Amino acid sequence: MSTDTVPSGRPADRLRDGDTKVEPGPSAAARKVGGVAGWIDDRTSSAKGVNYLLRKVFPDHWSFMLGEIAMYSLIICLISGALLTLWFVPSATQVVYDGSYVPLRGQTMSDAYASTLNISFDIKGGLIVRQIHHWAALMFVVGLTVHMFRVFFTGAFRKPRELNWVIGTVLALLAAIEGFAGYSLPDDLLSGTGLRAMEGFVQTAPVIGSYLAYGIFGGPFPGEAIIPRLYSAHVLLLPAVIVGLFTAHIVLVAVQRHTQFPGPGRTNDNVVGYRVMPVYAAKAGGFFFIVFGIIALISALFTINPIWAYGPYDPSPVTAGSQPDWYMGAYDGALRLLPGWLEFEIFGNTLSLNIALGALVLLPLVYIVLGAYPFVERWVTGDTGEHHLLDRPRNNPTRTGIGMAGIVAYSVFMFAAGNDIMAIKLGMSINDITRVFQISLFVGPPLAFWVTKRICLSLQRRDRDLALHARESGRIMRGADGSFHERHDALTEQERWILVQHEPVAPLQLTAQVDENGVERPLSRKDRLRAKLSHFYFKDAVNPVTPAELAAAHHDGQQAEAIEAPLDYEGIDGRQDHGPGDGGHGADVDSQARGVGSASRMKE
Amino acid sequence: MNEKDSHPSGGEVTQPGEFGSTAVRLDQGHVVGDGGIPARFENPGFPPHTHRASDLSESGAKRAERAVGGLFILSILGTLGFVVAYFAIDKQSTMFIPGIGQANALHAVLGLTMALSLLGIGFGAVHWAKTLMPDTEEVEMRHPMRSSDEARKDFVQILGDGAESAHLTRRPIIKYALGGALGLFAVPVILPVIGGLGPLPGDDLSVSFWNGHQEEDGSYPNAPLRLMRDPQNTPIKASDVTIGSVFHVMPEGLLDLEKHVLEEKGKAAVIVMRLDPDDIRSQKEKDWGYQGIVAYSKICTHVGCPVGLYEQQTHHLLCPCHQSTFDVTQDCKVIFGPAKRPLPQLEITVDDEGYLISKGPFKEAVGPSFWERGSA
Repeated sequence: MSTDTVPSGRPADRLRDGDTKVEPGPSAAARKVGGVAGWIDDRTSSAKGVNYLLRKVFPDHWSFMLGEIAMYSLIICLISGALLTLWFVPSATQVVYDGSYVPLRGQTMSDAYASTLNISFDIKGGLIVRQIHHWAALMFVVGLTVHMFRVFFTGAFRKPRELNWVIGTVLALLAAIEGFAGYSLPDDLLSGTGLRAMEGFVQTAPVIGSYLAYGIFGGPFPGEAIIPRLYSAHVLLLPAVIVGLFTAHIVLVAVQRHTQFPGPGRTNDNVVGYRVMPVYAAKAGGFFFIVFGIIALISALFTINPIWAYGPYDPSPVTAGSQPDWYMGAYDGALRLLPGWLEFEIFGNTLSLNIALGALVLLPLVYIVLGAYPFVERWVTGDTGEHHLLDRPRNNPTRTGIGMAGIVAYSVFMFAAGNDIMAIKLGMSINDITRVFQISLFVGPPLAFWVTKRICLSLQRRDRDLALHARESGRIMRGADGSFHERHDALTEQERWILVQHEPVAPLQLTAQVDENGVERPLSRKDRLRAKLSHFYFKDAVNPVTPAELAAAHHDGQQAEAIEAPLDYEGIDGRQDHGPGDGGHGADVDSQARGVGSASRMKE
Repeated sequence: MNEKDSHPSGGEVTQPGEFGSTAVRLDQGHVVGDGGIPARFENPGFPPHTHRASDLSESGAKRAERAVGGLFILSILGTLGFVVAYFAIDKQSTMFIPGIGQANALHAVLGLTMALSLLGIGFGAVHWAKTLMPDTEEVEMRHPMRSSDEARKDFVQILGDGAESAHLTRRPIIKYALGGALGLFAVPVILPVIGGLGPLPGDDLSVSFWNGHQEEDGSYPNAPLRLMRDPQNTPIKASDVTIGSVFHVMPEGLLDLEKHVLEEKGKAAVIVMRLDPDDIRSQKEKDWGYQGIVAYSKICTHVGCPVGLYEQQTHHLLCPCHQSTFDVTQDCKVIFGPAKRPLPQLEITVDDEGYLISKGPFKEAVGPSFWERGSA
C-alpha cells in the first residue's frame, strides 16, 4: 500500500503506485538454513512439530536446574563412558603388569585392572576421561537426588505427574545399580571388597542365597565371570533402560508442560516463562557446558577413586576405611547398624536378617516407599485435581516434615557407613559412634518431622502476619489526638499474593454414620484410617489470609499500627486495641467466613 | 494510601471502601458475615516489568556483547591450550598445584584447559541469554491432560471393534491359544540364561583348600597342610611366631595353583596370632592351638571381608568393612558389630621339623552365612 517506498522520481515509476510493498527477503544465512531444513521437511514434515517445541514456554527458577544437572551428567557419563570402552578390557584373566606405573610392575592382576592402569597412566588424556566419568556419575546421582527433593517438597509429583515420579524413582534406583556396576569394573582391591560384600549379601537370601550367588558370579567368588557380566550390564543393559526411561521422563515433562512456582500472574492454567528459542536454547545449552566444565575442573584438581593406590583385588588383604560410593553408603551403613542377634537358626537353616534386611530389603524398600508416596498422599488428602502450581514447602508442613524425616533416616544410614572414618578423624570410639547412629535411627526421623513441621507452621504464621499487618517500618507516627503508633509499610498486591495464594485445607470428615433413613452405615476400617491420616496431615493447618481477615486486621490494628493498605481496603480501620500478629484469630475468622465447621483448629 | 497517615482516630467503624458499610463489624477482630468481601484474594496479575541495563542503553548492550564475545574467546583459548598441552607435556611429568600438592602435569593441564573451553561456552551463552535475549515473560495456556470424552470413547470403540472384527471375542480357541503362546514364548530365551549362569554350589561353600583335593568319590583327604606365609609362600616355624605377632596364612600349595587362586584364597585365608596361653579364656581355643599360637579364618562371618585388623593389646580382631569385632581370647566371639558367629578356628599343631601344620580342615563353613550352612 505504501507509496513511500516506491521512488516516484521517474514517470514510469508512478505506474507502480499502489503496488504492494515487496517484503524484504530472508537473509542469505536464513535462506541456507531454510534450504537444509526444507530438505528435511520435504521428507519428514517435521517443521510443525519442531516449531512447536522451539516456541514452547518454560518457567524459570533456579531449582529447575537440578534436574538439568542430572540430565547433563548422564550425557557426560555416556560420552566419557563410550571413550573408556575403547581402552578398558573387561576380563578377569590374570596377567602380569608391565605398564609405566612402577610400584605395580611385575604384579599379577586382572586384565581389567591392568587396562584401567593403562587408561590412567599410559593413554594421554585417559585419566581425565576416567575422572570425568566417575565424577559425572557421582554428580548424576547427586543431581537426581536433589532434583527428587525439589519435586517432593514442592508437590510436583501430584496429578498429573505421578507417573513421571515413578519413572524418576526407577531411574534413581537404576542409577545407583549402574554406579555400583561401574565402580566394580576396575577390579581393584577396594571395588573387589565391595563385590565380596555384595556376594555376602546375596548369599544370605533365604533358601536360594547360595544358588543366587553362584548364578551371579558363575561359580565360587570371585570367579572370572563377574567382570564381563558387570560390563555388559554397565555399558549395555542398564544404559539402554536408563536412556529409555530418561527419554520418557523428558517427553512427559514436555507433554505435561513444566510446573511453575506460584506468583502474580501465574495460575494453574498457564505457563509463564521464556520460549525455548532463543532463551532456553541458550540457557540450557549453556548450562550443559557449565556442568561439563565444572566436572572437568573437579576432575582436573581432585582425584576420585585412585585405583593404583589400592592394588589389584585379592580376597585376603583389605584396606582400612573401605567404603562404597556415597549412593550405596546407606545400605553399607545399614549393615553396620543392624545387630548380630538378627541372625537365626531355623531347623538347621541359617536366616541372616542382620544382613538381608540392610542389603536385600532396604534397597528396594527405599524406592518402593518413594514411588508409592504420591498415591498415598492422594488417597489421604482426597485431592483429585490437576496441579501445575507448585507448593511452597512451608504450605504443606506435614509433607515437608515427612520428607525431612525420610532424608534424616537415609542420612543416618549413609553417615553410618563412615563410622570408622569418623572414629579416626574425630578420635572417638567407634563403638560409641555406632551406638549413637543406632539410636539416631529411631530418634532422628520423628524429631526431624516434628522440628520441620513446627518450622513450616511458624513460617506460615509469619506469612499470615506479614499479609495481615505488613512490614514494621520502625517509624513512629503521631496521630492527631497525640497517640503514637508504628507505621507499617504496605505490601504490594504482588508481594501479598505469594503469601495468600495457596488453597486452604481442612481434614476430611467422616460422613454421618446413620443414613437418611436412620439405618446405621458401617464405616469401613479403610475410611477410618483415611480420616485419621487426613487428620494427621491437616489438623493444624494454617490457612492463608482471606480478604475479610485483612479487612478485619486493618480495622483491628489501627490504633496500634498504621498500615499503608493497598487501595482496595484503605478505608477500613477502627479502634480495637487488639494485639497484632496473632494468626490464630485469623484462622478462626477464616473458618467462619468460609462456613467450615472445623472449629477446633488453632484455638489457643 | 496516604490517607492512612492521618488517622480518623476518633471514628467508629468507617466505610470499608467498596464493600458497603455493613461488611465488617468489629467484635474482637472477628468477621461476621462476608459482607460481599470475596472469600479468596484475586491473582493480581504480573508485576511491572523492570528493564535491564542492556535494554536501557546501547552502551550497556555493547558491554554485554563484549563480555559474551570475551567468554567465547576464552573458550577458544582453552581448546587451543588443550591441544598444545596434549602434545607438549610429557605424561610422566608432575607439577605443583597450590592447595592440592604434586599432581600429574598432563592430567591437570588437560583438565583445566578443557574446563576453560567448556565453561567459556557455557557462561558466554548464559550471559548472552540473561543480558541480550528477550526477558519479557510469555504466557502459554495449559490444557487439561485428559483427552476429550469423544476421543476416549472412540478409543474403547476402536479396540472393541478391532477385537470383534478379528473374531477375537467369538473364537475362544484363538484367544486362549494365543494367550498361552505369548505366555510361554519367553521360556526358550530365559531357560538357557538361567541354566548357564553358573554351577550349583553343592558343598562348595562348606569346604576349602584346607580339606585338600577332592577325590573321585567326592570325599576329601582332610590331610594336614603346612601353614604358609602370604604372599611369601614360606612355611612358618612355631618358634618364629612370637607373642603379639600376626601372620597372614594360606594352606600349602594354594599359592602354587595355576588357576582359581583367588577363589581358593577367598575361603582358605587364615590369620595366625600368638597370645600368652594364660590370656586365652577358652579351653577349646587352647586345645586347637599350639602353645598359644591360634589360627582363625580371616574371612568375616558377616559378609566375607577379610578380618585384617588385629589389635595386639586388646587381642581384638576388627573387620574394616562393617566393624565386627572378634575377641581372640574368647575363641573369636563377636563382641561388637553386626556379625553373629565367631570366626571358625583352624586346629593346628607342628610337624617334625617344627613348622605349623593344620590338624584338619575347618569344621564348619567359613565366611558369610547362607541358608543351608547348617549349625556347626
